[in-house]
Amino acid sequence: MADPASHAQPSTTDGQSRRDFLLYATSTVGVVGTGLALWPFVQSMNPAADTLALATTEVDISKVQVGQAITVAWRGKPVFIRHRTPEEISEARAADNADLRDPQKDAQRVEKPEWLVVIGICTHLGCVPLGQKPTDPRGEFGGWFCPCHGSQYDTSGRIRKGPAPRNLEVPKYAFINDHTIRIG
Amino acid sequence: MSAYKTNNKVVAWIEERLPIFSMLQHSAVEYPTPRNLNYWWNFGSLAGFMLVVMILTGVFLVMNYTPNTHMAFESVDRIMRDVNYGWLLRYLHSNGASMFFILVYIHIMRGMYYGSYKAPRELLWWVGIAIYLAMMATGFLGYVLPWGQMSFWGATVITNLFSAIPVVGPHIVTWLWGGFSVGNPTLNRFFSLHYLFPFVIFALVFVHLWALHTVKSNNPLGIDVKSPQDTIPFHPYYTIKDLFGIGVFLMFYLSFVFFAPNFFGEPDNYIPANPMMTPPHIVPEWYYLPFYAILRSIPDKLGGVVAMFSAILVLLFLPWLDSSKVRSGKFRPIFKQLFWLFLADCFVLGWVGAQVPSPNVTLIGRFATVYYFAHFLVILPLLGKFEKARPLPASISAPVLKGGGMAAGAHAQPMEKA
Repeated sequence: MADPASHAQPSTTDGQSRRDFLLYATSTVGVVGTGLALWPFVQSMNPAADTLALATTEVDISKVQVGQAITVAWRGKPVFIRHRTPEEISEARAADNADLRDPQKDAQRVEKPEWLVVIGICTHLGCVPLGQKPTDPRGEFGGWFCPCHGSQYDTSGRIRKGPAPRNLEVPKYAFINDHTIRIG
Repeated sequence: MSAYKTNNKVVAWIEERLPIFSMLQHSAVEYPTPRNLNYWWNFGSLAGFMLVVMILTGVFLVMNYTPNTHMAFESVDRIMRDVNYGWLLRYLHSNGASMFFILVYIHIMRGMYYGSYKAPRELLWWVGIAIYLAMMATGFLGYVLPWGQMSFWGATVITNLFSAIPVVGPHIVTWLWGGFSVGNPTLNRFFSLHYLFPFVIFALVFVHLWALHTVKSNNPLGIDVKSPQDTIPFHPYYTIKDLFGIGVFLMFYLSFVFFAPNFFGEPDNYIPANPMMTPPHIVPEWYYLPFYAILRSIPDKLGGVVAMFSAILVLLFLPWLDSSKVRSGKFRPIFKQLFWLFLADCFVLGWVGAQVPSPNVTLIGRFATVYYFAHFLVILPLLGKFEKARPLPASISAPVLKGGGMAAGAHAQPMEKA
């Protein structure tokens, strides 16, 4: 600092580049370190271990007659299990080649054709569609009708009309035996 | 600040170490304010008053509230029935949210009519929008806490808006929920944030005031302050006017609290949350309805969400979209009428947002949505180029002092004529 300006031009640039390096290195470590330190905070908001542990549900379906439907809770969400009638199954298959927004064959959406298992949450903004009770409106396609914004699903739970972008989601499930399903 | 004088030794001692008294003197007493502010200028201070009421009632409500999905609904019921004056605190708080939005909407509309967003007040306007956004978030979070049906399904629908984001959307939603649906983790974090945000708003209000005191208040004529004659000190002239405004406002506010406490509420929120059943007709709180209408007007999920957020974010560009050099709508004959048309459009959108969707309602909603954006993106940019503004007065004091504006009289005694 005591050096007059006339003295040693090269050493000044040297000093500056060394200082620049130290400044950039310190700033980089600071920014990256702060970013890394934020991660636990962000991650703490994701589902906790006990929430994840509740991820399967077993359901007894022996009492569900043909044409009936039940709603069970899985991960805090409603899951629709519908015992489809032969007409509903043939309707669903007939629509396989219709103009679908989210094309899927009925066979891809079921393990056994008479049992349709879908998450009962409208893929638009998460309302629970109507259609589980015989008295509910089921829309033009005989499946479900969402009262919030008017989405309509067919007997395979596929979106046919209204603002929802995707079919009702099929959860991972398996038949443990003929009358028990494990969801999740 | 250096002008601050005191004979009080304690005050002088503090002032030397922390110039708080001179700051107050400078910004709350001497602060030179345009002499012609009308009653529309009361709403800023009213909103500030309401923020204090909300924080105060909120802090005391928390003393009896339990943020747990099994207990939240009943703890609110206990506040209503058993806690001393709990009903009063809760009704002050729940109606207070509606009042806060009414005040802020009038405040925003005041700014839009008198061109308060124009140079040099762009940042002041931006900070105001930040406050408004923080208020919307806080209001939404707070509405979830009583854990009624509307709380639950409102939270579900609003958080699901983020699922419209391509690729990462569903992960963001799970992250927001802390689970696979709106549940206890969601309620806990919403409570935490609902307590935090008002203090963020409080800080933003200080930034808003800082910017205001740097560029000074706009006024109904929309022209700059040109001489000390144009202003009067904030205290006592505007302190007393603001106080009077608070008195009138309290009559309005408390008439709801005491005589129609559930006027703004939805009956469905007195049914405990049920994740297995959506109420037949979900509506958000009234202050979100115009934006909800815009969301529903677009027949595409992502498009609807984008349009809804754009409806608010377009306000950020308002200072540059409005091409007119004249600030106050008072001197803009066409703008003045279109302003009221725009306001009517907002009311139409609000009405549409409250209806069960039907083809006719959707059609009206679409027209109103198009007009909303057209006002900002087409009308305002063009209007400034074609409209012929009426002549502006020479100064703020000129019309008041009957032409004495430039003759700057020591004998004009502006203080006493205010």
